[in-house]
Amino acid sequence: MSAKPGLHVKNVWMEYPGQMVLERVNLDLPQGEFCAVVGPSGCGKTTFLRMLLSIERPTRGEILLDGAPLPPEPRADRGVVFQRYSVFPHMRVIDNVLLGLDFTGARFSGRLFGAARRRALEQAETLLEAVGLLPARDKFPAQLSGGMQQRLALAQALMLKPRLLLLDEPFGALDPGTKSAMHALLKDLWRERQMTVLMVTHDLSEAFSLGTRVVAFDRLRVDPQAPGAYGATVTFDIKVHRKVVG
Amino acid sequence: MKRLINHLPTRAAKILLGTAPFAIAIAAYAVSSGLRHAANASDKLLPGVGALASAIVRMGFTPDMRTGDYLLWVDTWASLRRLGLGLISATLLALGFGVGTGLIPYVRAAFAPFIAIVSMIPPMAVLPILFISFGLGELSKIVLITIGVAPFMIRDLSLRVDEIPTELLVKAQTLGASTWQIVLRVVLPQVLPRLIDAIRLSLGPAWLFLISAEAIAATDGLGFRIFLMRRYLAMDVILPYVAWVTFLAFMMDRALGAVSRRSFPWAVIPAR
Repeated sequence: MSAKPGLHVKNVWMEYPGQMVLERVNLDLPQGEFCAVVGPSGCGKTTFLRMLLSIERPTRGEILLDGAPLPPEPRADRGVVFQRYSVFPHMRVIDNVLLGLDFTGARFSGRLFGAARRRALEQAETLLEAVGLLPARDKFPAQLSGGMQQRLALAQALMLKPRLLLLDEPFGALDPGTKSAMHALLKDLWRERQMTVLMVTHDLSEAFSLGTRVVAFDRLRVDPQAPGAYGATVTFDIKVHRKVVG
Repeated sequence: MKRLINHLPTRAAKILLGTAPFAIAIAAYAVSSGLRHAANASDKLLPGVGALASAIVRMGFTPDMRTGDYLLWVDTWASLRRLGLGLISATLLALGFGVGTGLIPYVRAAFAPFIAIVSMIPPMAVLPILFISFGLGELSKIVLITIGVAPFMIRDLSLRVDEIPTELLVKAQTLGASTWQIVLRVVLPQVLPRLIDAIRLSLGPAWLFLISAEAIAATDGLGFRIFLMRRYLAMDVILPYVAWVTFLAFMMDRALGAVSRRSFPWAVIPAR
Protein backbone atom coordinates (compact mmCIF):
# COMPACT_ATOMS: atom_id res chain seq x y z
CA MET A 1 0.00 0.00 0.00
CA SER A 2 1.39 3.36 -0.96
CA ALA A 3 1.36 5.42 2.20
CA LYS A 4 0.12 8.80 1.07
CA PRO A 5 0.47 11.14 4.02
CA GLY A 6 -2.65 13.10 4.94
CA LEU A 7 -6.35 12.44 4.87
CA HIS A 8 -8.08 10.96 1.86
CA VAL A 9 -11.86 10.64 1.68
CA LYS A 10 -12.97 8.57 -1.30
CA ASN A 11 -16.56 8.63 -2.53
CA VAL A 12 -18.11 8.47 0.91
CA TRP A 13 -21.89 8.09 1.42
CA MET A 14 -23.78 8.22 4.67
CA GLU A 15 -27.38 7.10 4.81
CA TYR A 16 -29.68 6.84 7.82
CA PRO A 17 -32.98 4.99 7.37
CA GLY A 18 -35.07 7.21 5.09
CA GLN A 19 -32.51 9.98 5.12
CA MET A 20 -29.48 10.43 2.90
CA VAL A 21 -27.06 12.65 4.78
CA LEU A 22 -23.94 12.71 2.65
CA GLU A 23 -23.30 11.52 -0.88
CA ARG A 24 -20.26 11.36 -3.14
CA VAL A 25 -17.96 13.14 -0.70
CA ASN A 26 -14.37 13.33 -1.95
CA LEU A 27 -11.62 15.17 -0.17
CA ASP A 28 -7.83 14.99 -0.30
CA LEU A 29 -6.04 16.72 2.49
CA PRO A 30 -2.24 16.61 2.26
CA GLN A 31 -0.19 16.60 5.43
CA GLY A 32 -0.02 20.01 7.10
CA GLU A 33 -3.16 21.44 5.56
CA PHE A 34 -5.72 23.41 7.62
CA CYS A 35 -9.13 22.62 6.23
CA ALA A 36 -12.22 24.55 7.31
CA VAL A 37 -15.55 22.87 6.61
CA VAL A 38 -18.52 25.23 6.29
CA GLY A 39 -22.16 24.82 5.35
CA PRO A 40 -25.70 25.44 6.59
CA SER A 41 -26.99 23.62 9.68
CA GLY A 42 -28.07 20.09 9.00
CA CYS A 43 -25.83 19.69 5.95
CA GLY A 44 -23.86 16.86 7.48
CA LYS A 45 -20.70 18.69 8.56
CA THR A 46 -20.87 17.20 12.02
CA THR A 47 -21.75 13.76 10.64
CA PHE A 48 -18.63 14.05 8.46
CA LEU A 49 -16.53 14.87 11.52
CA ARG A 50 -18.06 11.97 13.44
CA MET A 51 -17.07 9.66 10.60
CA LEU A 52 -13.52 10.97 10.75
CA LEU A 53 -13.57 10.14 14.48
CA SER A 54 -14.92 6.63 13.73
CA ILE A 55 -17.99 7.26 15.89
CA GLU A 56 -19.99 6.59 12.74
CA ARG A 57 -19.12 4.43 9.76
CA PRO A 58 -19.84 5.53 6.21
CA THR A 59 -22.40 3.35 4.43
CA ARG A 60 -20.25 3.48 1.27
CA GLY A 61 -16.76 4.64 0.39
CA GLU A 62 -13.57 4.70 2.38
CA ILE A 63 -11.50 7.08 4.45
CA LEU A 64 -7.72 6.73 4.54
CA LEU A 65 -5.39 8.35 7.02
CA ASP A 66 -1.76 8.23 5.88
CA GLY A 67 -2.69 5.51 3.44
CA ALA A 68 -4.39 3.17 5.91
CA PRO A 69 -8.15 2.80 6.43
CA LEU A 70 -9.47 4.48 9.59
CA PRO A 71 -9.60 2.14 12.58
CA PRO A 72 -13.17 1.24 13.63
CA GLU A 73 -13.06 3.25 16.86
CA PRO A 74 -11.61 6.54 18.09
CA ARG A 75 -7.84 6.33 18.63
CA ALA A 76 -5.02 8.54 19.71
CA ASP A 77 -4.07 9.17 16.08
CA ARG A 78 -6.92 11.69 15.80
CA GLY A 79 -7.31 14.40 18.42
CA VAL A 80 -10.54 16.30 18.90
CA VAL A 81 -11.87 19.49 20.46
CA PHE A 82 -15.65 19.76 20.72
CA GLN A 83 -17.65 22.92 21.27
CA ARG A 84 -18.66 21.72 24.75
CA TYR A 85 -17.78 18.88 27.13
CA SER A 86 -14.23 18.72 25.85
CA VAL A 87 -12.41 18.68 29.17
CA PHE A 88 -12.92 16.49 32.24
CA PRO A 89 -14.69 18.50 34.94
CA HIS A 90 -13.37 16.36 37.82
CA MET A 91 -9.70 16.93 36.98
CA ARG A 92 -7.56 19.97 37.58
CA VAL A 93 -6.11 21.75 34.56
CA ILE A 94 -2.73 20.03 34.83
CA ASP A 95 -4.31 16.57 35.19
CA ASN A 96 -6.47 17.20 32.14
CA VAL A 97 -3.35 17.87 30.08
CA LEU A 98 -1.46 14.92 31.58
CA LEU A 99 -4.31 12.55 30.82
CA GLY A 100 -3.12 11.45 27.38
CA LEU A 101 0.31 10.48 28.74
CA ASP A 102 -1.31 8.84 31.76
CA PHE A 103 -3.48 6.66 29.51
CA THR A 104 -0.77 5.70 27.04
CA GLY A 105 1.97 5.31 29.66
CA ALA A 106 0.19 3.33 32.38
CA ARG A 107 -2.06 0.65 30.88
CA PHE A 108 -3.45 -0.66 34.17
CA SER A 109 -3.56 2.22 36.62
CA GLY A 110 -4.13 4.94 34.01
CA ARG A 111 -1.85 7.17 36.05
CA LEU A 112 1.88 7.77 35.85
CA PHE A 113 4.05 7.79 38.96
CA GLY A 114 7.57 8.75 39.95
CA ALA A 115 10.11 9.73 37.32
CA ALA A 116 7.72 9.03 34.44
CA ARG A 117 5.21 11.41 36.00
CA ARG A 118 7.85 14.07 36.49
CA ARG A 119 8.86 13.86 32.83
CA ALA A 120 5.21 14.01 31.78
CA LEU A 121 4.62 16.98 34.07
CA GLU A 122 7.43 18.88 32.36
CA GLN A 123 5.88 18.27 28.95
CA ALA A 124 2.44 19.22 30.20
CA GLU A 125 3.66 22.42 31.77
CA THR A 126 5.48 23.45 28.60
CA LEU A 127 2.25 22.99 26.68
CA LEU A 128 0.22 24.84 29.31
CA GLU A 129 2.70 27.68 29.04
CA ALA A 130 2.22 27.72 25.26
CA VAL A 131 -1.56 28.12 25.60
CA GLY A 132 -1.17 30.61 28.45
CA LEU A 133 -2.77 28.45 31.12
CA LEU A 134 0.18 27.88 33.42
CA PRO A 135 -1.19 30.28 36.07
CA ALA A 136 -4.42 28.24 36.14
CA ARG A 137 -2.51 24.95 36.53
CA ASP A 138 -4.35 23.76 39.66
CA LYS A 139 -7.85 25.02 38.93
CA PHE A 140 -10.86 22.95 37.97
CA PRO A 141 -12.39 23.56 34.52
CA ALA A 142 -15.55 25.02 36.08
CA GLN A 143 -13.39 27.80 37.50
CA LEU A 144 -12.17 28.80 34.02
CA SER A 145 -13.81 31.05 31.44
CA GLY A 146 -15.14 29.55 28.21
CA GLY A 147 -12.08 30.62 26.25
CA MET A 148 -9.70 29.16 28.84
CA GLN A 149 -11.61 25.88 28.80
CA GLN A 150 -11.21 25.65 25.02
CA ARG A 151 -7.49 26.44 25.30
CA LEU A 152 -7.26 23.64 27.83
CA ALA A 153 -9.12 21.30 25.49
CA LEU A 154 -6.68 22.21 22.74
CA ALA A 155 -3.64 21.58 24.94
CA GLN A 156 -5.12 18.27 26.08
CA ALA A 157 -5.69 17.14 22.48
CA LEU A 158 -2.21 18.24 21.35
CA MET A 159 -0.40 16.36 24.11
CA LEU A 160 -0.29 13.10 22.12
CA LYS A 161 0.69 14.87 18.87
CA PRO A 162 -2.23 13.52 16.82
CA ARG A 163 -1.71 13.16 13.05
CA LEU A 164 -5.09 14.75 12.47
CA LEU A 165 -6.67 17.35 14.73
CA LEU A 166 -10.46 17.59 14.46
CA LEU A 167 -12.24 20.69 15.71
CA ASP A 168 -16.04 20.76 15.98
CA GLU A 169 -17.07 24.43 16.17
CA PRO A 170 -14.48 24.88 18.91
CA PHE A 171 -15.00 28.64 19.22
CA GLY A 172 -18.74 28.74 18.56
CA ALA A 173 -19.65 29.66 22.12
CA LEU A 174 -16.99 32.33 22.65
CA ASP A 175 -17.29 36.12 22.51
CA PRO A 176 -15.62 37.92 19.57
CA GLY A 177 -12.55 39.14 21.48
CA THR A 178 -11.78 35.75 22.95
CA LYS A 179 -12.43 34.20 19.57
CA SER A 180 -9.77 36.22 17.74
CA ALA A 181 -7.24 35.52 20.50
CA MET A 182 -8.01 31.80 20.08
CA HIS A 183 -7.56 32.12 16.30
CA ALA A 184 -4.10 33.57 16.78
CA LEU A 185 -3.18 30.83 19.24
CA LEU A 186 -4.47 28.06 17.00
CA LYS A 187 -2.60 29.47 13.99
CA ASP A 188 0.65 29.56 15.94
CA LEU A 189 0.24 26.02 17.23
CA TRP A 190 -0.64 24.76 13.76
CA ARG A 191 2.43 26.41 12.21
CA GLU A 192 4.77 25.18 14.92
CA ARG A 193 3.58 21.58 14.88
CA GLN A 194 2.86 21.15 11.19
CA MET A 195 -0.31 19.23 11.90
CA THR A 196 -3.21 18.48 9.63
CA VAL A 197 -6.30 20.21 10.97
CA LEU A 198 -9.93 19.84 9.99
CA MET A 199 -12.26 22.37 11.56
CA VAL A 200 -16.03 22.41 11.27
CA THR A 201 -17.47 25.90 11.65
CA HIS A 202 -20.49 27.91 10.64
CA ASP A 203 -18.51 31.14 10.69
CA LEU A 204 -17.34 31.96 7.14
CA SER A 205 -14.85 34.65 8.14
CA GLU A 206 -13.32 32.29 10.69
CA ALA A 207 -13.02 29.65 7.97
CA PHE A 208 -11.23 32.00 5.58
CA SER A 209 -8.97 33.57 8.17
CA LEU A 210 -7.72 30.23 9.51
CA GLY A 211 -7.96 27.71 6.71
CA THR A 212 -5.61 26.94 3.87
CA ARG A 213 -8.59 25.17 2.35
CA VAL A 214 -12.25 26.02 2.76
CA VAL A 215 -14.66 23.23 1.89
CA ALA A 216 -18.39 23.92 1.68
CA PHE A 217 -21.02 21.21 2.17
CA ASP A 218 -24.53 21.61 0.80
CA ARG A 219 -27.36 19.76 -0.86
CA LEU A 220 -27.19 20.13 -4.61
CA ARG A 221 -30.48 18.38 -5.30
CA VAL A 222 -33.63 18.67 -3.23
CA ASP A 223 -36.75 16.65 -3.96
CA PRO A 224 -39.69 18.45 -2.32
CA GLN A 225 -41.70 15.21 -2.36
CA ALA A 226 -38.95 13.28 -0.55
CA PRO A 227 -36.75 15.61 1.50
CA GLY A 228 -34.54 12.73 2.62
CA ALA A 229 -33.79 11.41 -0.86
CA TYR A 230 -30.58 13.35 -1.53
CA GLY A 231 -27.66 14.09 0.72
CA ALA A 232 -25.17 16.93 0.90
CA THR A 233 -21.83 16.85 -0.82
CA VAL A 234 -18.78 19.07 -1.29
CA THR A 235 -20.02 22.05 -3.34
CA PHE A 236 -16.96 24.28 -3.14
CA ASP A 237 -13.35 23.43 -2.45
CA ILE A 238 -11.42 26.68 -2.24
CA LYS A 239 -7.67 26.98 -1.78
CA VAL A 240 -6.82 30.01 0.28
CA HIS A 241 -3.52 31.52 -0.76
CA ARG A 242 -1.38 31.13 2.25
CA LYS A 243 1.78 29.15 2.60
CA VAL A 244 1.20 25.57 3.65
CA VAL A 245 3.82 24.44 6.10
CA GLY A 246 5.67 21.17 5.82
CA MET B 1 -45.35 45.93 46.57
CA LYS B 2 -42.79 43.16 46.22
CA ARG B 3 -43.93 39.67 45.29
CA LEU B 4 -43.90 37.00 47.98
CA ILE B 5 -41.14 35.07 46.16
CA ASN B 6 -38.86 38.11 46.42
CA HIS B 7 -39.10 38.57 50.18
CA LEU B 8 -35.96 37.11 51.72
CA PRO B 9 -35.75 36.36 55.47
CA THR B 10 -32.80 37.82 57.39
CA ARG B 11 -30.37 35.52 59.15
CA ALA B 12 -32.08 36.05 62.51
CA ALA B 13 -35.51 35.47 60.98
CA LYS B 14 -34.28 32.25 59.39
CA ILE B 15 -33.04 30.90 62.73
CA LEU B 16 -36.25 31.94 64.48
CA LEU B 17 -38.48 30.42 61.79
CA GLY B 18 -36.37 27.26 61.66
CA THR B 19 -36.58 26.59 65.38
CA ALA B 20 -40.26 27.53 65.73
CA PRO B 21 -41.73 24.19 64.53
CA PHE B 22 -39.47 22.29 66.97
CA ALA B 23 -40.47 24.61 69.84
CA ILE B 24 -44.15 24.27 68.99
CA ALA B 25 -43.98 20.47 68.81
CA ILE B 26 -42.16 20.24 72.16
CA ALA B 27 -44.55 22.70 73.80
CA ALA B 28 -47.59 20.83 72.46
CA TYR B 29 -46.17 17.59 73.88
CA ALA B 30 -45.39 19.18 77.26
CA VAL B 31 -48.88 20.67 77.58
CA SER B 32 -50.66 17.43 76.57
CA SER B 33 -48.44 15.40 78.88
CA GLY B 34 -49.14 17.82 81.75
CA LEU B 35 -52.89 17.65 81.16
CA ARG B 36 -52.90 13.84 81.09
CA HIS B 37 -50.81 13.61 84.26
CA ALA B 38 -53.13 16.10 86.01
CA ALA B 39 -56.02 13.73 85.25
CA ASN B 40 -54.10 10.50 85.97
CA ALA B 41 -50.74 10.67 87.78
CA SER B 42 -49.66 7.23 86.50
CA ASP B 43 -50.33 7.95 82.80
CA LYS B 44 -47.99 5.98 80.52
CA LEU B 45 -49.00 7.35 77.15
CA LEU B 46 -47.26 10.75 77.24
CA PRO B 47 -44.48 10.41 79.83
CA GLY B 48 -43.09 13.61 81.37
CA VAL B 49 -39.49 14.78 81.27
CA GLY B 50 -38.64 12.94 84.50
CA ALA B 51 -39.95 9.61 83.22
CA LEU B 52 -38.14 10.02 79.88
CA ALA B 53 -34.88 10.90 81.63
CA SER B 54 -35.03 7.94 83.96
CA ALA B 55 -35.78 5.63 81.02
CA ILE B 56 -32.74 6.99 79.18
CA VAL B 57 -30.57 6.41 82.27
CA ARG B 58 -32.02 2.92 82.69
CA MET B 59 -31.49 1.89 79.06
CA GLY B 60 -28.23 3.67 78.32
CA PHE B 61 -26.25 3.94 81.53
CA THR B 62 -27.39 1.12 83.83
CA PRO B 63 -26.38 -2.49 83.21
CA ASP B 64 -29.34 -4.72 82.43
CA MET B 65 -30.31 -6.81 85.47
CA ARG B 66 -30.50 -10.05 83.50
CA THR B 67 -27.56 -9.76 81.07
CA GLY B 68 -25.39 -7.02 82.56
CA ASP B 69 -25.36 -5.20 79.16
CA TYR B 70 -26.07 -1.53 78.53
CA LEU B 71 -29.08 -2.19 76.32
CA LEU B 72 -29.17 1.06 74.33
CA TRP B 73 -25.56 0.61 73.18
CA VAL B 74 -25.96 -3.09 72.47
CA ASP B 75 -29.06 -2.29 70.38
CA THR B 76 -27.34 0.59 68.61
CA TRP B 77 -24.30 -1.50 67.71
CA ALA B 78 -26.43 -4.39 66.45
CA SER B 79 -28.56 -2.10 64.29
CA LEU B 80 -25.71 -0.01 62.90
CA ARG B 81 -23.79 -3.16 62.02
CA ARG B 82 -26.73 -4.56 60.04
CA LEU B 83 -27.40 -1.22 58.40
CA GLY B 84 -23.74 -0.68 57.52
CA LEU B 85 -23.21 -4.15 56.07
CA GLY B 86 -26.46 -3.89 54.10
CA LEU B 87 -25.55 -0.48 52.68
CA ILE B 88 -21.99 -1.53 51.87
CA SER B 89 -23.13 -4.57 49.91
CA ALA B 90 -25.79 -2.50 48.13
CA THR B 91 -23.13 0.09 47.26
CA LEU B 92 -20.80 -2.54 45.83
CA LEU B 93 -23.62 -4.02 43.76
CA ALA B 94 -24.58 -0.54 42.57
CA LEU B 95 -20.99 0.21 41.52
CA GLY B 96 -20.59 -3.06 39.63
CA PHE B 97 -23.95 -3.25 37.92
CA GLY B 98 -24.59 0.49 37.67
CA VAL B 99 -21.32 1.27 35.92
CA GLY B 100 -21.56 -1.97 33.92
CA THR B 101 -25.05 -1.37 32.59
CA GLY B 102 -24.46 2.35 32.14
CA LEU B 103 -21.25 2.06 30.15
CA ILE B 104 -20.95 -1.33 28.46
CA PRO B 105 -23.64 -2.15 25.88
CA TYR B 106 -23.31 -5.94 26.28
CA VAL B 107 -23.67 -5.77 30.06
CA ARG B 108 -26.66 -3.47 29.65
CA ALA B 109 -28.29 -5.85 27.17
CA ALA B 110 -27.79 -8.75 29.57
CA PHE B 111 -28.83 -7.17 32.88
CA ALA B 112 -30.93 -4.02 32.37
CA PRO B 113 -34.28 -5.82 31.81
CA PHE B 114 -33.62 -8.20 34.70
CA ILE B 115 -32.77 -5.36 37.09
CA ALA B 116 -35.81 -3.36 35.92
CA ILE B 117 -38.11 -6.27 36.82
CA VAL B 118 -36.35 -7.28 40.04
CA SER B 119 -36.49 -3.72 41.33
CA MET B 120 -40.30 -3.95 41.26
CA ILE B 121 -40.39 -6.84 43.75
CA PRO B 122 -41.61 -5.43 47.08
CA PRO B 123 -38.71 -6.32 49.41
CA MET B 124 -40.99 -6.91 52.40
CA ALA B 125 -42.87 -9.52 50.38
CA VAL B 126 -39.71 -11.61 50.09
CA LEU B 127 -38.76 -11.24 53.77
CA PRO B 128 -40.38 -14.61 54.65
CA ILE B 129 -38.34 -16.20 51.85
CA LEU B 130 -35.19 -14.64 53.30
CA PHE B 131 -36.03 -15.91 56.78
CA ILE B 132 -36.67 -19.39 55.39
CA SER B 133 -33.52 -19.52 53.26
CA PHE B 134 -31.05 -17.56 55.38
CA GLY B 135 -32.45 -18.28 58.83
CA LEU B 136 -33.46 -15.75 61.46
CA GLY B 137 -29.89 -14.52 62.07
CA GLU B 138 -27.98 -11.51 60.82
CA LEU B 139 -27.73 -12.59 57.18
CA SER B 140 -31.42 -12.37 56.36
CA LYS B 141 -31.66 -8.84 57.77
CA ILE B 142 -28.60 -7.66 55.88
CA VAL B 143 -29.88 -9.25 52.69
CA LEU B 144 -33.24 -7.53 53.16
CA ILE B 145 -31.59 -4.12 53.40
CA THR B 146 -29.40 -4.92 50.40
CA ILE B 147 -32.19 -6.05 48.09
CA GLY B 148 -34.34 -3.25 49.41
CA VAL B 149 -32.03 -0.44 48.34
CA ALA B 150 -29.64 -1.95 45.75
CA PRO B 151 -32.01 -1.91 42.75
CA PHE B 152 -32.70 1.80 43.22
CA MET B 153 -29.00 2.55 43.61
CA ILE B 154 -28.06 0.45 40.58
CA ARG B 155 -30.60 2.20 38.36
CA ASP B 156 -29.69 5.63 39.70
CA LEU B 157 -25.99 5.06 39.09
CA SER B 158 -26.63 3.56 35.68
CA LEU B 159 -28.55 6.71 34.70
CA ARG B 160 -25.75 8.90 36.00
CA VAL B 161 -23.19 6.98 33.92
CA ASP B 162 -25.50 7.33 30.95
CA GLU B 163 -25.61 11.10 31.52
CA ILE B 164 -21.86 11.48 31.03
CA PRO B 165 -21.63 13.34 27.71
CA THR B 166 -20.59 11.13 24.78
CA GLU B 167 -18.07 13.81 23.92
CA LEU B 168 -16.11 13.01 27.08
CA LEU B 169 -16.02 9.29 26.31
CA VAL B 170 -14.89 9.97 22.74
CA LYS B 171 -12.31 12.43 24.00
CA ALA B 172 -10.91 9.84 26.41
CA GLN B 173 -10.61 7.37 23.55
CA THR B 174 -8.76 9.91 21.42
CA LEU B 175 -6.35 10.24 24.34
CA GLY B 176 -5.69 6.53 24.09
CA ALA B 177 -7.82 5.26 26.98
CA SER B 178 -8.92 1.62 27.19
CA THR B 179 -12.35 0.66 28.56
CA TRP B 180 -10.78 -0.11 31.92
CA GLN B 181 -8.96 3.23 32.02
CA ILE B 182 -12.19 5.04 31.11
CA VAL B 183 -13.94 3.31 34.02
CA LEU B 184 -11.10 4.11 36.38
CA ARG B 185 -10.30 7.70 35.49
CA VAL B 186 -13.45 9.08 33.88
CA VAL B 187 -16.57 7.21 34.92
CA LEU B 188 -15.88 6.30 38.55
CA PRO B 189 -14.64 9.74 39.65
CA GLN B 190 -17.58 11.38 37.92
CA VAL B 191 -20.24 9.15 39.47
CA LEU B 192 -18.81 8.85 42.99
CA PRO B 193 -20.53 12.04 44.20
CA ARG B 194 -23.77 10.73 42.74
CA LEU B 195 -23.18 7.40 44.45
CA ILE B 196 -22.93 9.17 47.79
CA ASP B 197 -26.15 11.03 46.99
CA ALA B 198 -27.80 7.69 46.20
CA ILE B 199 -26.63 6.28 49.54
CA ARG B 200 -28.05 9.33 51.32
CA LEU B 201 -31.39 8.91 49.60
CA SER B 202 -31.34 5.21 50.47
CA LEU B 203 -30.84 5.84 54.19
CA GLY B 204 -34.58 6.22 54.80
CA PRO B 205 -35.60 2.97 53.09
CA ALA B 206 -32.61 1.17 54.62
CA TRP B 207 -33.73 2.11 58.15
CA LEU B 208 -37.28 1.09 57.27
CA PHE B 209 -36.17 -2.38 56.19
CA LEU B 210 -33.85 -2.71 59.18
CA ILE B 211 -36.52 -1.89 61.73
CA SER B 212 -39.09 -4.08 59.99
CA ALA B 213 -36.75 -7.05 60.00
CA GLU B 214 -35.80 -6.46 63.64
CA ALA B 215 -39.44 -6.09 64.64
CA ILE B 216 -40.27 -9.49 63.18
CA ALA B 217 -37.32 -11.61 64.28
CA ALA B 218 -34.39 -10.41 66.40
CA THR B 219 -33.01 -10.57 69.92
CA ASP B 220 -31.42 -7.13 69.88
CA GLY B 221 -31.42 -3.96 67.82
CA LEU B 222 -33.18 -0.62 67.99
CA GLY B 223 -36.21 -1.86 66.07
CA PHE B 224 -36.42 -4.97 68.21
CA ARG B 225 -36.41 -2.89 71.42
CA ILE B 226 -39.06 -0.46 70.17
CA PHE B 227 -41.42 -3.28 69.25
CA LEU B 228 -40.66 -5.19 72.45
CA MET B 229 -41.45 -2.12 74.57
CA ARG B 230 -44.75 -1.69 72.73
CA ARG B 231 -46.05 -4.74 74.60
CA TYR B 232 -45.55 -2.93 77.91
CA LEU B 233 -46.87 0.39 76.57
CA ALA B 234 -43.43 1.74 77.61
CA MET B 235 -43.62 5.06 75.80
CA ASP B 236 -40.87 6.36 78.08
CA VAL B 237 -38.45 3.99 76.31
CA ILE B 238 -39.99 4.07 72.83
CA LEU B 239 -39.85 7.86 72.46
CA PRO B 240 -36.11 8.22 73.27
CA TYR B 241 -35.37 5.27 70.99
CA VAL B 242 -37.24 6.90 68.12
CA ALA B 243 -35.42 10.17 68.78
CA TRP B 244 -32.11 8.28 68.86
CA VAL B 245 -32.82 6.51 65.54
CA THR B 246 -33.76 9.85 63.98
CA PHE B 247 -30.59 11.44 65.31
CA LEU B 248 -28.41 8.59 63.96
CA ALA B 249 -30.03 8.76 60.52
CA PHE B 250 -29.68 12.55 60.45
CA MET B 251 -26.01 12.42 61.42
CA MET B 252 -25.25 9.74 58.81
CA ASP B 253 -26.87 11.91 56.17
CA ARG B 254 -24.90 14.97 57.25
CA ALA B 255 -21.65 13.03 57.45
CA LEU B 256 -22.07 11.64 53.93
CA GLY B 257 -22.85 15.12 52.66
CA ALA B 258 -19.69 16.47 54.26
CA VAL B 259 -17.59 13.62 52.84
CA SER B 260 -18.99 14.34 49.39
CA ARG B 261 -18.29 18.08 49.55
CA ARG B 262 -14.81 17.52 50.88
CA SER B 263 -13.78 14.71 48.51
CA PHE B 264 -15.27 16.13 45.31
CA PRO B 265 -14.69 19.89 45.37
CA TRP B 266 -15.13 20.05 41.60
CA ALA B 267 -18.74 18.88 41.89
CA VAL B 268 -19.82 21.84 44.01
CA ILE B 269 -18.19 24.70 42.06
CA PRO B 270 -21.03 26.81 40.72
CA ALA B 271 -21.05 26.81 36.90
CA ARG B 272 -20.05 30.11 35.32
